[in-house]
Amino acid sequence: MTGPKRFPEVAAGEFPSPPRTVEDADGREIHLRASDGSDADREALRAMYEAFDPADRAQGIPPSRPSKLADWLDRILTADCCNVFAWDGDEVVGHATLVPENGPESPYELAIFVLQSHQGAGIGTALMESILGHGTDVGISEVWLTVERWNRSAVGLYEKIGFETTDAESFELEMAIRLDDDQTERTG
Amino acid sequence: MKVLLGIGGSDDSIRALEAVVARAAAVGDDLTVAIVENPRSPRSREEIAERAQEELDAAGIDAPIRQVEGNPGSELVDIADREAFDEIALGGGQTSPMGKINVGSIAEFVLLNARTTVRLIR
Repeated sequence: MTGPKRFPEVAAGEFPSPPRTVEDADGREIHLRASDGSDADREALRAMYEAFDPADRAQGIPPSRPSKLADWLDRILTADCCNVFAWDGDEVVGHATLVPENGPESPYELAIFVLQSHQGAGIGTALMESILGHGTDVGISEVWLTVERWNRSAVGLYEKIGFETTDAESFELEMAIRLDDDQTERTG
Repeated sequence: MKVLLGIGGSDDSIRALEAVVARAAAVGDDLTVAIVENPRSPRSREEIAERAQEELDAAGIDAPIRQVEGNPGSELVDIADREAFDEIALGGGQTSPMGKINVGSIAEFVLLNARTTVRLIR
């Protein structure tokens, strides 16, 4: 399937670029940075998803079988995708990803996951801001996602960030945001 | 078993066609193929009908192919009720670029409104 037929016309506000460090609601220092594509990053992300509670999966993602998880990591860690990790010490506790539909000019699909032990502390918001800041930096302008309608906390987060609902006809809400192209021009 | 297969032309509906026809050939289901409206379909109704006929011919079974106009979900539910089908079969969802499964509005309507068993093929 492909993304929305239309995106919001007005760009959302500016988002802070990674790397950045925030203190979460439980007083933990959380470091947000774009993945460097290294094997060490991939292993740290795999460890997070191996510890992930299957009840928090969304629409079959992340896959629970190890071989399927490896395939999925291969897909989202390719050079055409953007990934931001949230680190608590040397552990990845949150992850946001942008995956293009077909090539760098196309809209990007977004997903975000936070490890159960670190939910409800504001890390999701910090990750969202950081991945959209990173996406703006690399010239992405159209971003969309789908979310299960009953997942009120996720929908609330996306609305707070500036996503608009573009399709409410199915089980999953489709939401979209436009990033600020001008910022890309300013930063080169 | 009397099976009504609804296909709109999306990739998951084509997978459903293959799976349902294969099963009908194996167990002798009484199959009807209903081609329904899907504005997001990359294939025309004629292409879908041709594809369905090829699949039936290859499996060596005979099944009517109907072009169904109107709201796809409610038409499928109505046909199943009126003609005493045992089951409605549909594609089980499209996959997004990052691999998320998205169940379409036709499947949702049929799941919530059908009195028959509904089979989603994945």
